Amino acid sequence: MIDARGLVKEYGAKLAVDDLSFQVQPGIVTGFLGPNGAGKSTTMRMIIGLDAPTNGTVTVNGKAYGAHTAPLHEVGALLEARSVHTGRSARNHLLALAATTGVGTRRVDQLLDLVGLTDVASKRVGGFSLGMGQRLGIAAALLGDPATLILDEPVNGLDPEGIVWIRNLLKALAREGRTVLVSSHLMSEMALTADHLIVIGRGRLIADVSVAEFTHRASSDLVHLRSPESERLRTLLVGPGVHVTSLSADRLEVLGMLSDRIGDIAAAHSIALHELVPQQASLEQAFMELTRDSLEYQSTTKAPS
Amino acid sequence: MTSTIVPPTGPADAGLSIPEMTTDEAARLRVTQARVIRSEWLKMRTLRSSWLTLSLAVASIAGVGIVIAWSTANDWNNMRPREKAHFNPLADPLAGFNLAQLAIGVLGVLLVAGEYSTGMIRASLGAVPKRLPVLWAKLGVFTTITLVTMLPTAVITFFISQRLLSSRHIQTTWSTPTVARTVIGIGLYLTVAAALGIALGAILRNVAGAIAALVGVLLVVPVVASALPQTWGDRINKWLPSNAGQALLSVSSDNTTLSPWRGFAVFCGYAVLALTAAAILLKRRDA
Ligand SMILES: Nc1ncnc2c1ncn2[C@@H]1O[C@H](COP(=O)(O)OP(=O)(O)OP(=O)(O)O)[C@@H](O)[C@H]1O
Ligand SMILES: [Mg+2]
Repeated sequence: MIDARGLVKEYGAKLAVDDLSFQVQPGIVTGFLGPNGAGKSTTMRMIIGLDAPTNGTVTVNGKAYGAHTAPLHEVGALLEARSVHTGRSARNHLLALAATTGVGTRRVDQLLDLVGLTDVASKRVGGFSLGMGQRLGIAAALLGDPATLILDEPVNGLDPEGIVWIRNLLKALAREGRTVLVSSHLMSEMALTADHLIVIGRGRLIADVSVAEFTHRASSDLVHLRSPESERLRTLLVGPGVHVTSLSADRLEVLGMLSDRIGDIAAAHSIALHELVPQQASLEQAFMELTRDSLEYQSTTKAPS
Repeated sequence: MTSTIVPPTGPADAGLSIPEMTTDEAARLRVTQARVIRSEWLKMRTLRSSWLTLSLAVASIAGVGIVIAWSTANDWNNMRPREKAHFNPLADPLAGFNLAQLAIGVLGVLLVAGEYSTGMIRASLGAVPKRLPVLWAKLGVFTTITLVTMLPTAVITFFISQRLLSSRHIQTTWSTPTVARTVIGIGLYLTVAAALGIALGAILRNVAGAIAALVGVLLVVPVVASALPQTWGDRINKWLPSNAGQALLSVSSDNTTLSPWRGFAVFCGYAVLALTAAAILLKRRDA
């Protein structure tokens, strides 16, 4: 379990993480979401002690990361920035990290196999593609058989097959009872992988919810319908909390009433319905809605002059 | 050299079997200084630059020694009396240490700053979050390697060059006073230069910057300082790091140099100072 309390990180005048508190539970995959510059990577670096918090504390299984006797057995981390010497081979890189903690050669080879790098294990890492580098990072994260995994945008650079593979890997790791924290920008990807979400923006906590709840919140009661008697139906539907807008001669948009109820009303008055489509705001839209106010780097569309 | 690598054929798709670790294996996991030393030794020997730079250091000492001894022996009969009087059979063939100190210092810089430039340091400090064991391990491994390679190189170069010089009977011998101290001193001096390289790499965390600082401290500062008026220069110059350290290698000593072991102690003092700064900064700064 990861327990962050009142984390603050300032880089000079820049407030990267601002009074952030959350817990990451074992046994599930927790998605760590937020727009660019939200402070995800900074938070992850603080968890493993690479950056010292300006204020606040973060513990892993009850202790600061650095206070554990075998840190690699507590937390395995894949960082955003490449953390490997380009002049060394993949296998030697893993062997060097393994040696610090007494992890054996056999495990290094098993992990190379797991991530599919056995064939290039003796090649210099400098020649690796982005995806191969990610795979090596994942092998490094698993070296100490860690109880907690922290992965900063692990799908970055992976091909579709690799994305499915990592999704399954994360789920399998969580199923074994491990704590898994994985950051991403892609809400849709997280909806498929994660069970729980921690959403931050501008270094502050925005949401700490289960994926199910987030999905539920995201689906609004907006319905599109098409009917030859749209005007008659319209008068039947309007009421307190229900807004109806005409989209065209035979099309209506109904806000505030579920499609089941609309269908029932239409049937009761023998009004034919040609279409009745509940509109679900996409998770991506919901995510953007949630984080709109905390965008660090907002894109502006400018007409060419 | 760039090599293209064929992408791997994807992870085994026959389901995921995350390798298990037995509770016994897991119980043995812990970070110890000895393990970090083993890791650093592995790191050092798995980089091409280590072997390249180390070979360069050996080649400078041996190469310069053999070339100078051989050419002097060949040329001896044609040399003018003043040149002959100037020739030092001990110091001249060992002049290659000047180049070697740069190679060794640069390798020290690379071992630390190279980790910052590639990002490897984050993996290293992530595995050893107490951090200082990494610095001590690098220091221990590299100074040991330097001593066990450079000391024999200096000794062997000495004997080969004396052998070459003996054809003109202008050689010196191991038992002559100051000879053993000077030859062994080269090994010791380079070992401290190695430590200095490690410290500068850790302080500056940038390969180019640390190499510039190293060249500045060892070579440029003494040259600049030699332009000081003599009354000042004689008092200050001997305390500069490389001048102090090279007192150990000097054949004669006067009031412009420190006594051999005192000078070497001062040189070590500079290295200790730099390492202390490196340790404090490594502990304090974000990786
Ligand atoms: N070492 C640093 N020095 C100065 N500022 C930094 C440093 N690291 C991060 N920042 C700043 O802190 C803020 C948070 O950055 P961080 O990398 O943690 O965001 P992120 O959520 O990981 O973003 P992304 O989704 O783009 O990866 C950014 O504004 C960034 O510019
Ligand atoms: Mg990031």
